[in-house]
Amino acid sequence: MDNIAGQKSSLSIVTHIAVLALVLIWLIPTVGLLVSSFRDREQISETGWWAAMFPVEAAVRVRPGIDGATTDGDYGVLTGNLFEGGSGSVSGFGLIGRDPGVAAPGQTYAWYEVEVTDEDGELDDERVEIAYPADGEPEFPEATEDGLPITPGSAVLQRSLTVAENGDFTYVDEGEISRAPSIYIVTEQPPDFGLQNYEQILTSDGMDRAFINTLTVTVPATVIPILIAAFAAYALAWMEFPGRGWLVAAVVGLLVVPLQLALVPMLKLHETIGIGQSFLGIWMAHTGFGLPLAVYLLRNYMIGLPRDIIESAKVDGATDFQVFTKIVLPLSFPALASFAIFQFLWTWNDLLVAKVFLPANSESWVMTVKIADDLLGSRGGDWGILAAAAFVSIAVPLIVFFAMQKYLVRGLLAGSVK
Amino acid sequence: MSPILQGILTIIIGVGGCVGYFYLSNAVLDRIIFPARDDDQGRNIALATAVRPWLFLLPAMLALGLYLVYPVVGSFIRSLYNRSGQEFIGLDNYLQMFSEEGFRVALFNNFLWILFVPAAATFFGLLVAQLTDRLSWGSIAKSLIFMPMAISFVGASLIWKFVYANDPDIGIINAIRDYFGADPIDPMQIPFWNNFFIMIIMVWMQTGFAMVILSAALRGIPEETVEAAIIDGANPFQIFFKIKVPQIAGTIVVVWTTITFLTLKIFDIVYTMTGGNFDTEILPSYMMDYMFRDDGRATAVAFVIMLIVTPVMIYNIRQAKREA
Repeated sequence: MDNIAGQKSSLSIVTHIAVLALVLIWLIPTVGLLVSSFRDREQISETGWWAAMFPVEAAVRVRPGIDGATTDGDYGVLTGNLFEGGSGSVSGFGLIGRDPGVAAPGQTYAWYEVEVTDEDGELDDERVEIAYPADGEPEFPEATEDGLPITPGSAVLQRSLTVAENGDFTYVDEGEISRAPSIYIVTEQPPDFGLQNYEQILTSDGMDRAFINTLTVTVPATVIPILIAAFAAYALAWMEFPGRGWLVAAVVGLLVVPLQLALVPMLKLHETIGIGQSFLGIWMAHTGFGLPLAVYLLRNYMIGLPRDIIESAKVDGATDFQVFTKIVLPLSFPALASFAIFQFLWTWNDLLVAKVFLPANSESWVMTVKIADDLLGSRGGDWGILAAAAFVSIAVPLIVFFAMQKYLVRGLLAGSVK
Repeated sequence: MSPILQGILTIIIGVGGCVGYFYLSNAVLDRIIFPARDDDQGRNIALATAVRPWLFLLPAMLALGLYLVYPVVGSFIRSLYNRSGQEFIGLDNYLQMFSEEGFRVALFNNFLWILFVPAAATFFGLLVAQLTDRLSWGSIAKSLIFMPMAISFVGASLIWKFVYANDPDIGIINAIRDYFGADPIDPMQIPFWNNFFIMIIMVWMQTGFAMVILSAALRGIPEETVEAAIIDGANPFQIFFKIKVPQIAGTIVVVWTTITFLTLKIFDIVYTMTGGNFDTEILPSYMMDYMFRDDGRATAVAFVIMLIVTPVMIYNIRQAKREA
């Protein structure tokens, strides 16, 4: 295509844009979770992760000090600034956490006790909450929210709060003010990034234990099959014996046997021989399940090694054992690395085998089980925690992936293309 | 004993045991049973050569036989017994299962998965492979699209749960809907289509795999065939569909079937996303509902999965037999 003038440039701009769009689509979900894992939990529920770099409007509770409290008749009065020396901008305030932004800055928000006439015609006391301009007079509705008529002129002030946009406030309460009031304000908060979520899951949520368990499952389950498979692959590639073709075919067939079949019978067998649900059991299971791919990959690689080297070594009197350990094994390093990465990723990321072959308790949960069976249930809506947990579990595979991508690609090619 | 110690011990025992087995069994074979000396030298060497392959193969054959061959038979036999495993009930587990709505839904969904996931993943993989073929930053792009492959199915599900969250301040899909004034939706609860929303996760993960292999296949196409087509006046689309695709058809089939098999094994995504609710069950997750509760039913489901893969398995074996 390069040699056709005029066609290349227009095509390649479209190509650049198309690839960029695809990469973005592929990347956005992961970036969203990664960003969220570093955000403050309150902020996550206030704005989307795409707005994480901007300040967040959030409700906060302020308890101003009561040192400057005075009294005015029957009422205690407290004035001051809610930002206490700092600066900020209030966009709403209130007295209860359920409704933190009920009044706008520059208004007075007050609770009055009023006399109402209830359904039976009897007089009763109720509270009404009103907000009015700070420099104006309170206006009372004719009826409560429930529709009960209010006796005009019966209102008695309980509490009031006036807040200006710059945080100056006046708080009035019945009697003397002896306790700091809880004032809620809605204010812009700077973006808050940090490691709090990671700290929490690793210290109090038990993800550290799960991480160690995952590591404990993964390493033996990666190393042992390689050894066993390497010898078998050498036999299938370079040794002559009757039935070799059938064995190779059998390995190819076993590649696709769904491991679901093994769950019930093997768990039963493990229980019969006394292993039960344990780390030993899961190591053996992963070894068995990983072997077909290991043997297949390694054999495909070994059979491609130059025949002369192996035959001349044999002519010089080397036994098969020596040929294998001294020549074939070192030459097969790329294939061994490929399989090691596969098996590592597979066992690290596995949920099914861990659910079946490990005991179902917090002592032996691996990370995938911990997330799927514990955190998603107990911390379902706590996205910061979930995101951090997910990233703890995928960090190691991602490092392995980017560091060893070359071998992974090579292994994939050897495994699928002949 | 702490699991870490146990793990280290296992590596030492496991690796040491394997090395020891291979080394000692060889030594025994060469020095004691068939020593290569005296009058029998020739005969002994021949015998040792005949026995040695089986020494090399023994551990692998034992493990494969135990963990993959025996379970095919073992699971089938178990599926003929009732829940407690005491009473032989023939094919009742299967008949009972097929008469139930839940199983039929799982089977139907599973066919949707087999149709959609490999097709979509192969399509996107081929698209990216072709588009990045001559791009200067192609390898970075490929590496980023390949990345989800390293992530666990659970992790990937969590990532997408976040995308699909029905709070417009969390889920990006609902944020976009919100921007255009639409009400938030929960994609996991939309009948029928929720299956596809879950499948997208699998497509997202498997596209990289398809891309890597198809990209290598595209590179392997002889330059002359493409050049000849250009000289004959073919446009880029004709070159792609009529020259390139036919030449890599074999690889496309391999990629397609590999993803199909993987799709048949994956229960993690459905388990994490919906737990099989809202009619999103597929066979592997349906099986896990019965695991630990009704082994007869669980093995019957596993055997149905086995039956689905059997035709391709036989084809693969034949192919391998012909090459070996």
